[in-house]
Amino acid sequence: MACQGLSKGETVSSLRAESENLKAKLEEERSKLHDVELHQVAEKVEALGQFVMKTRRTLKGHGNKVLCMDWCRDKRRIVSSSQDGKVIVWDAYTTNKEHAVTMPCTWVMACAYAPSGCAIACGGLDNKCSVYPLSLDKNENLSAKKKSVAMHTNYLSSCSFTNSDMQLLTSSGDGTCALWDVESGQLLQSFHGHSADVLSLNLAPSETGNTFVSGGCDKKANVWDMRSGQNIQSFETHESDINCVRYYPSGDAFATGSDDATCRLYDLRADREVAIYSKESIIFGASSVDFSLSGRLLFAGYNDYTINVWDVLKGTRVAILFGHENRVSTVRVSPDGTAFCSGSWDNTLRRWAGYSFRFVYCCIWTL
Amino acid sequence: MERVIVSMQDPDMGIKMRNQRLLITVIPHAMTGRDIVDWLIQKYSITEEEALHTGNFLVKYGYIYPLKEPRNLCLKQDETPYRFQVYIHTIYLARKNIRKQGELIEYEKECYNALHKRINHTWDFVVMQAREQLRASKQRRKSDRIVLECQEQAFWLINRPPVSSIEHNRKSLGRNRIKSSICLESFVKYCEQYQDHDPIMQGCLPSNPWITDDIMYWNMNAEMVPMPTKLRVERWTFSFMELLNDPLGKKELLTYLEKEFSAENLLFWQACEEVRHGEASKIFLAPGASRWVNIDSKTMEKTLQGIKHPHRFVMDDAQMHIYFLMKKDSYPRYLKSELYKNLLARAVVPQETKKSVFPFMRRQRHSSPSPALVTQTAEDNGKAQPNTGKTNTGTAAQI
Repeated sequence: MACQGLSKGETVSSLRAESENLKAKLEEERSKLHDVELHQVAEKVEALGQFVMKTRRTLKGHGNKVLCMDWCRDKRRIVSSSQDGKVIVWDAYTTNKEHAVTMPCTWVMACAYAPSGCAIACGGLDNKCSVYPLSLDKNENLSAKKKSVAMHTNYLSSCSFTNSDMQLLTSSGDGTCALWDVESGQLLQSFHGHSADVLSLNLAPSETGNTFVSGGCDKKANVWDMRSGQNIQSFETHESDINCVRYYPSGDAFATGSDDATCRLYDLRADREVAIYSKESIIFGASSVDFSLSGRLLFAGYNDYTINVWDVLKGTRVAILFGHENRVSTVRVSPDGTAFCSGSWDNTLRRWAGYSFRFVYCCIWTL
Repeated sequence: MERVIVSMQDPDMGIKMRNQRLLITVIPHAMTGRDIVDWLIQKYSITEEEALHTGNFLVKYGYIYPLKEPRNLCLKQDETPYRFQVYIHTIYLARKNIRKQGELIEYEKECYNALHKRINHTWDFVVMQAREQLRASKQRRKSDRIVLECQEQAFWLINRPPVSSIEHNRKSLGRNRIKSSICLESFVKYCEQYQDHDPIMQGCLPSNPWITDDIMYWNMNAEMVPMPTKLRVERWTFSFMELLNDPLGKKELLTYLEKEFSAENLLFWQACEEVRHGEASKIFLAPGASRWVNIDSKTMEKTLQGIKHPHRFVMDDAQMHIYFLMKKDSYPRYLKSELYKNLLARAVVPQETKKSVFPFMRRQRHSSPSPALVTQTAEDNGKAQPNTGKTNTGTAAQI
């Protein structure tokens, strides 16, 4: 077992070199079929005029940064979670708070509404994801029925129910994603492949409903097969952490928002990045992205307190929304596409009958 | 650490390999403990103590192994011969495999097997090394062991061998890709097709509830309505998935299929959905069953095999088969049917509700600013304010 023979092919560094080589080859293969840019194909499409969007609802009540939110399938309820450990369920239309839960941990970074509308899932620094059934009895203490489902070895960054209330998909700072059975708490599948914290995940709206995409601090966006746990496709073109991933409504592509101040569109069939949404004047990271119902618009929340609205096809920005007084942490379009909601780290001091409150906003925007 | 090892192995600037004597055997390509320490001192301009300290770590982590007393994993600053370790990661995995009696996590298993294939000829050696390291580690103090283990795990977590990503990249090279022009064209088509259905782009009739405070739009598009809107019924023609995703659409399809005496397919598909998502289903597969479905023999065999050892995905193949069967056959027929055409003709086109009709009712909606309490009774919303800034209901912004 001569050392010379080894250094030819088997040291860790030479394996790395082989890996780099393969990556370069892969990029070459990918660009062979790239015969046109998206904005070129979109030249024939009618341009959009300037959009003027207004806040229609302001939901105040969190005592600290809003970190995450999710819509209910009934198109009007939302669940939001914040740094102070509170998780609130609102009827956003009436702005009533319907339920509130205090988590035993702070920084509840992830929350999700169950498809049935009868439960919510949330978690964060407790490294867990717990499911709370929502009771119709307003006086009932929700924490009593809490069910601990997911267990990671680091913080929970994102969670989502699959097509039913029975399964939960989670992503974590421990670099993995996992699929759980809600009833038993059993781990059904784990997904390994990221080399750093996974920050976001999104389920594909596909016919077979078997894949999802995740993005993380390793600048990679990975597409996974939920059945086998395999990493099907991987994209690494961002220059910094990917904070958010979301599928284009057809399921053939997904968008990402990153700390490198760009949002990008990746096509799954062409197997490459096909658009970058950026401007020299935008220098702060994008924390959250979501598509309008037709996929024509991309809403992106940034750390410079703004929301930029992009024309997905033409690659241009159609609106910039100023409404928050701090970082926009989450942006989600409602299930029927009538509005979108943004949550932020706003911290406003107001005086109200001798008491001072800090308000943190979720805003509902429409045209 | 790895950087150090690489420099050490450098043919010019690294440690000079010689034949070392071990009792009566001559071992080629080895170095002495003294060589190692001296080299470290010289290269990094450090003290002997520090060099010994670093060298010890190199041995403890397995980068260098002693030839004389393989069980004693420490660096001796004398004529004791040492060699560079190869397949470090392999040994780490082998160690873990032995320790956990074959219970490595999935990707580690894959890695392990892949490595086994690649370095088949030296496998025994690798396993032996792993065993030696395990034995040596058992003799250490528990706290030391734990620390070392954590350090090692952390190291491998960070420096996970490129082997897995190499395999992944190799697989990706062979992937079937589609030309960009085709893919991108499909986005243009999709956006175009759905534009009228996108309330933020085109507005919605009668009005957007968020703007006019009128929930008629939601009422008219509720799950089960006696008469759906035209847009909704049109949307069923976009794709089979759109039809199935709408409970009303699914109901209409079932009605149609029942008329044609071929409803089992849809019912089977629905039952599969329930199995998938946790609830039990009735078996439709036995040919003698009261209702049976049309799947090819290969799929049938696979499914029946799966049922013997049921798992979550046991119905998947059959379900997918039925799905595509319906998509290809039942779906297009339904869209051409009288049932569908009648529904489309009778479907409602809502009247636009202009906001300006009730200007004095409009008010800015704010939630009560009081912080959320754990038990909260429903509150009335905030103050009524005069309406500021009217906009037309949901018109797309035009130039």
